Amino acid sequence: MNLAIRDVRHHAGRFALTAFGLGVLLMVVMGMGGIYRGLLNEGTLLIDRIGVDVWVVQRHTRGPFAELSRVPRSLVERVAAVPGVASACEFVTHTIQRDHQGRRLRMAVVGLSWPTDKGERLPLVAGRPLAQNHYEMIVDRKLGLSLGASLPLGKDTYTVVGVTRGMTTWGGDGAVFVTVNDAQAIQFDQPAEAVRLERAARRSRAERQDLGRAQPQLLERSAGPAVNFPALGTPNVSAVSARVAPGAAADAVCATISAWGDVTAMTHARQQDLILSGPIERSGRQLGLFRTLLTAVSAIVMALILYTLTLEKLHDIAMLKLIGAPNRVILGLIMQQAIVLGMLGFGVAYVLGQFAFPNFPRRILLVPMDLLKLAGIVLAISILASGLGIWRALRVSPGEVLSR
Amino acid sequence: MSSAPKDAPAVQAHDLTKIYGSGNTEVVALREATLTIHRGEVAALLGPSGAGKTTLLTVIGLVNPPTAGRLSIAGQPVLDGPDALTNLRTFRRQRLGFVFQQSNLIPFLTACENVQVAMELDGWPRRAARRRAMDQLEYLEVADRADFYPTSLSGGQQQRVAVARALANEPTVVLADEPTAALDSRRGRQVMGLFRKVAHDNGAGVLVVTHDHRALDVFDKTYEMEDGVVRLPADPTTATVAR
Repeated sequence: MNLAIRDVRHHAGRFALTAFGLGVLLMVVMGMGGIYRGLLNEGTLLIDRIGVDVWVVQRHTRGPFAELSRVPRSLVERVAAVPGVASACEFVTHTIQRDHQGRRLRMAVVGLSWPTDKGERLPLVAGRPLAQNHYEMIVDRKLGLSLGASLPLGKDTYTVVGVTRGMTTWGGDGAVFVTVNDAQAIQFDQPAEAVRLERAARRSRAERQDLGRAQPQLLERSAGPAVNFPALGTPNVSAVSARVAPGAAADAVCATISAWGDVTAMTHARQQDLILSGPIERSGRQLGLFRTLLTAVSAIVMALILYTLTLEKLHDIAMLKLIGAPNRVILGLIMQQAIVLGMLGFGVAYVLGQFAFPNFPRRILLVPMDLLKLAGIVLAISILASGLGIWRALRVSPGEVLSR
Repeated sequence: MSSAPKDAPAVQAHDLTKIYGSGNTEVVALREATLTIHRGEVAALLGPSGAGKTTLLTVIGLVNPPTAGRLSIAGQPVLDGPDALTNLRTFRRQRLGFVFQQSNLIPFLTACENVQVAMELDGWPRRAARRRAMDQLEYLEVADRADFYPTSLSGGQQQRVAVARALANEPTVVLADEPTAALDSRRGRQVMGLFRKVAHDNGAGVLVVTHDHRALDVFDKTYEMEDGVVRLPADPTTATVAR
């Protein structure tokens, strides 16, 4: 006869409530692990989906995802000329936040190098790639924008022509894909007043210099649009991405480009490492510490629950001893209950998590191996936590039955 | 467990002494208590509160070791000597049955399971234990409540289930501590009658600690106890009963 199951059956309501409480606690532990896995997944998802072999970024930076990077647009031609490079594109990315129809939209704007890259490789779940150089965008469905929706950004309004899935940055922001030109227009957009002030400041600077004083025409140009200054370059891009030709080695291409001195080149794997070993690693450590603390708290809570359950049964345990129950029966009664409680709690945590986690703002990814590990930890905690109750139960004298 | 003669007394206690504490706090609960209960015999143990009755019961029940003295159960020396037992719990399970003032049934087991558990602990297969548990409940006229939890049973029914549990492993000795105190007189006499029946049918020795003067005619012998001393009065009807 399994005494543990009999006891659980008899006190089913109270036991279920206890398991539920423990389950909620374990769900938080499970969620912490899921958040970390989600961070890892989201952090590398965009890099993986863009599918680039080599990233060329500003010298000594870890851009364009882990750190700000600026390189001239002309770099794309230099990179394209390197032996082993099949194609090279400008890459622009920056994060913006706008209010749209009463909602706050935080998004990572990614520039596609039109016309070589129209977003055909993106995982579209609806719509189509970009079909024109301006005013069209592909958005991730996390942003909640549907096909045909219009979104004013800067001085222009963009129409959603495609929707992707899972295209988020490590920060959890949904991506918006537009052409590089549009991405820069959004990035460098300034209000009219700011433009006027900038032009006035430019004219004022020119007036203080010999060149400006000697050439009045220059002063006039200074007060005009920046495009009238051939000496001023086009706005910088975040990076240049390159794909290597079949048979060529990305490492060799990186070595060639890195020798230039003005830029840093890195492979796809290195870019992934930079993301994972930087901000995500720190978040992961923090989450890991929290998870350890919560696991310890769960163990203490379980031990106290089991101890209380044992205290309530001390008289019955004394009676069992009096009628000759060996210690292994008493030990089994408490330990089996602990294991049942732990496993029920784990089950409740998993089921609750399936409903709760999708509603969290960040992705919570439950990996089978992590779940298996947590189940093992819960099992170990259950056994350890029952120790306190077992210790108390084994000290009960059968004579205590007579003391009531 | 060594073999013992079949006709050996169920309980044979010689000069059992139990002292709690030491020095100034020393309390002598048992003073050279000697008694014998034969198989098939029902003995009463009377005495005022604090006389040491429960202590004597726990000593004979192998729950509380005496400070000195010898004790044999069914001819088996259990406390000292070359044949003394090392596993008292197993011996208790196989040879002793207990009944108390409160039924002390396990609350999360049904009436039948409460009886069954005693047998399963002794190695009975589950089905056989269930069958015998039902037989016991039938014998004690409480089989119709077999699947009820103790809280759903009346006091008398609970006590009968407790008696069924005590008898489950066909013990040599049944020790009962005021088993009728929580029952009305009719139920009390029924339970006492059960002990008599068990002693005669199973050949067990029964020792009943009781305050119930009305049931003295059930007993084959009556021991009286005061200040830790056990004596056998010449006329049991004059024995002192606690108030």
